[in-house]
Amino acid sequence: MTLKTLYQKIGFPRLIITVFFIALLIGAVVLNIPLAGLWSSIFVRFGMNAILVLAMVPGIRAGIGINFNLALGIVLGLLGAILSFEFGFQGATGFLVANAIALPLAAIAGYLYGHMLNRVKGDEMTVSNYIGLSIVSFMCIVWIILPLTNRELIWPMGGKGLRVTISMENSFGEFLNNLWAFPKGATGASSFVFPTGMIVYFALWAAIVWAFNRSKAGSAMSAAGASELFATSNGVNVNRYRILGTMISTILAAAGIITYAQGFGFLQLYRAPLYMSMPAAASILIGGATLKDARIIHVIIGTFLFQGLLVVALPVINVVSGGDMAEIVRVIVSNGIILYALTRGGEEA
Amino acid sequence: MALLEMKDISKSYSGNQVLKNVNLTIEPGEIHGLIGENGAGKSTLMNILFGMPVIHNTGGHEGQMFINGEPFTPKSPMDAMAAGIGMVHQEFMLIPGFTITENVKLNRENTKETILGKVFGKKLNRLDRETMAEDTKIALEKLHMNIDEFVKIQGLPVGYMQFVEIAREIDKRNLQLLILDEPTAVLAESEAEKFLEVIQSLSEMGIAILFITHRLDEIKSVSHGITVLRDGEMVLAEKIENISLVEMARAMVGRSVELSTEERRDLSDAPVHLELIDMHVKMPGEEVKGVSLEIKKGEIFGIGGLAGQGKIGISNGIMGLYPTTGKVIKSGQEMKLNSPREMLDNNVTFLSEDRKGMGLLLDDSIENNIAFAAQEIKDKFLKKILVGRFLDKKGITENAVKMIEELDIRCTSSKQHTRRLSGGNQQKVCIARALTFEPDILLISEPTRGIDIGAKKLVLDTLVHLSREEGMTVVMTSSELAELRQVSDRIAIISDGKLQGIFNPDEKDEVLGLAMAGDDYEEVLNDA
Ligand SMILES: Nc1ncnc2c1ncn2[C@@H]1O[C@H](COP(=O)(O)OP(=O)(O)OP(=O)(O)O)[C@@H](O)[C@H]1O
Ligand SMILES: [Mg+2]
Repeated sequence: MTLKTLYQKIGFPRLIITVFFIALLIGAVVLNIPLAGLWSSIFVRFGMNAILVLAMVPGIRAGIGINFNLALGIVLGLLGAILSFEFGFQGATGFLVANAIALPLAAIAGYLYGHMLNRVKGDEMTVSNYIGLSIVSFMCIVWIILPLTNRELIWPMGGKGLRVTISMENSFGEFLNNLWAFPKGATGASSFVFPTGMIVYFALWAAIVWAFNRSKAGSAMSAAGASELFATSNGVNVNRYRILGTMISTILAAAGIITYAQGFGFLQLYRAPLYMSMPAAASILIGGATLKDARIIHVIIGTFLFQGLLVVALPVINVVSGGDMAEIVRVIVSNGIILYALTRGGEEA
Repeated sequence: MALLEMKDISKSYSGNQVLKNVNLTIEPGEIHGLIGENGAGKSTLMNILFGMPVIHNTGGHEGQMFINGEPFTPKSPMDAMAAGIGMVHQEFMLIPGFTITENVKLNRENTKETILGKVFGKKLNRLDRETMAEDTKIALEKLHMNIDEFVKIQGLPVGYMQFVEIAREIDKRNLQLLILDEPTAVLAESEAEKFLEVIQSLSEMGIAILFITHRLDEIKSVSHGITVLRDGEMVLAEKIENISLVEMARAMVGRSVELSTEERRDLSDAPVHLELIDMHVKMPGEEVKGVSLEIKKGEIFGIGGLAGQGKIGISNGIMGLYPTTGKVIKSGQEMKLNSPREMLDNNVTFLSEDRKGMGLLLDDSIENNIAFAAQEIKDKFLKKILVGRFLDKKGITENAVKMIEELDIRCTSSKQHTRRLSGGNQQKVCIARALTFEPDILLISEPTRGIDIGAKKLVLDTLVHLSREEGMTVVMTSSELAELRQVSDRIAIISDGKLQGIFNPDEKDEVLGLAMAGDDYEEVLNDA
């Protein structure tokens, strides 16, 4: 393989990001920042974010493009977590109850949303942005009027409704992070801990999506996404599979935010769900997906690179510049990648 | 001085050499035929000449080109156009949502000066729509095409799209050399003839024509010289008077090919398999306006007619791809109309004439393309594991390998994406899918369009085998009367959306020709 074909295989954005990532790693070594801790953080953040990135896969394959409306599944995931909290469940039970409430709701919402997307064929990505905004605004009202009583959920005094950020310490915070984590007993920012439970949990969802892609339904869904004419003339009900893809994406978003929140240790309500779609979209694109083709491997590579970049950039850039540059890097990378992908449209990657 | 000289052109796609030291010379006003088997490298050679991005994105090419003696290195189609080269591609390059005029004039819009334009440059001048429409009309008229220039491309029959592409090219003022990649594949003979006349008049005006086709008789009748490619090598370059059709064919495939006509058989006692009653199909440009037909079990039923008369609409209507009314009855049972799924579930499959649109998943493998219909409708190539049905990759590959062998699909492996196949090989993938489906009734439109004479024999022989040995009913729509005659048991001629008549395949040329034009032979005789 010549250097040129290798370059074409990797692609420009991934090359840049990989080079940048490696440069930062070298920077970390030079600055004596302990690598063990950085690697633990990368794995933890990978586990927290990967399912949200995975949620992009069914949308792209079904032909609705990047699902900028992850917020729909996310608010339902948050609702599940809040209700589980309110009922007083903790640890494994709390985690399972949250999912048991959120996932069916996400399935229903995804179904309805899929119907809607079928009416705006061709403009899905624009419309999904606006729908996300409306859903989040609507949920802002719900968070205020929801009649809950748990003191950790609502404002301690005065104010009405739920808090903006809710600590999950007494719910199922860090449940997956600590599940089967090894080596046992290792603590502190500078030691290495592998969050086994979290990675296994992601692998479970990835395996389901992977198997679905190889099933009869999954193959029909990809055909519907790739060419509506081809699919229709081969007897595939295109609209039905678009709805299915939207449903799966929304379910994954709900499961993804529950995983994210437990890892983060906080539930973030109100406007926070709006800011989850962009990094997820950027991650899968960095991983090598296009607006027409997305696979599990893109999720793994993309999430790893994107989160790796952020984790390593934070201490390195902060040491070098002294300010909070990491956030700026995150915004530039994610918006830049999405812009790049959109301008390239459906070209072959 | 030669208008164009291509010297020692070589090209490989990721290590796979598809052109080896090809030379080509064209004089001003010359009509030059370029022939070769599917995958021989014809389109690739033309893409190089036209500066297509696909060439640069895959590492460029070797060799030199000269136009009027000047070195010529097109970096993009824009460069080629500036040098007076026009190209009609094998695949359509039209924008479906735009009108004919907008497509013909794309990027070359006539404008009227405006103040903004004077200040900020030509891009801000106002479109001169009247002149654009006028020019387009003139171009369409040169092609004897009867269609309003403000119609949208979307939904037009493929034959029309082809003419629009050609209209776009001949509307260019500085045109010196026109490249036509299989322009007549979608045209019926009489239209192709008209088209060839246009070519000849262009040539008389001094425009050179480089013409790729699989219809050798066309080359023989209009061109001045030919070049034959085989497996990327130039095997023959000759003046047309010095070579016969048989020699051309042998140079192409390296052996002689004979097309034989099937022995006729009598199917009048066979049961009716498919019946159409007063069928109307709203297919733009190919409308069917009330056709009733009975098709016998196991027969090859040919449907012919001119482009735009509705022959294409019949199969599309049976299949439910365009709004249809009337009745479709299969083996005595009435079918639900307007539902492709219903027809597929009843074991009827359709190979559309619109292969690029309906026929292929371009970014998927050959093997998945071939297996898809059988897998989706008949649950073939699936295995049950626990809760779900999953693709049987091994079975899919085995089937594809068999088909690749049977239909002689030229590819690097069954996993290759169909986008990377030559036009003719893409067609074969579509045929393979229809065969893998194993239908009772096979609706097949333009079965041999764009495929070389060797492969054509293969496909026609396969249809005959399916019908005679396996009892499959085949409804074959074709623009090529010769191939309809060769394999059909009966030929229906459609004119103006109605059935003009059903003929014996051995019927005289005049009778069929008149039927296509909507006239009755006997009447014409009596009038005379
Ligand atoms: N984009 C591509 N990438 C890789 N290989 C390609 C690509 N396009 C064409 N090829 C290969 O190059 C060879 C020549 O293809 P080309 O399209 O020039 O054939 P052709 O002579 O025009 O055939 P046809 O009569 O079927 O149109 C084929 O083997 C084909 O598979
Ligand atoms: Mg070709």
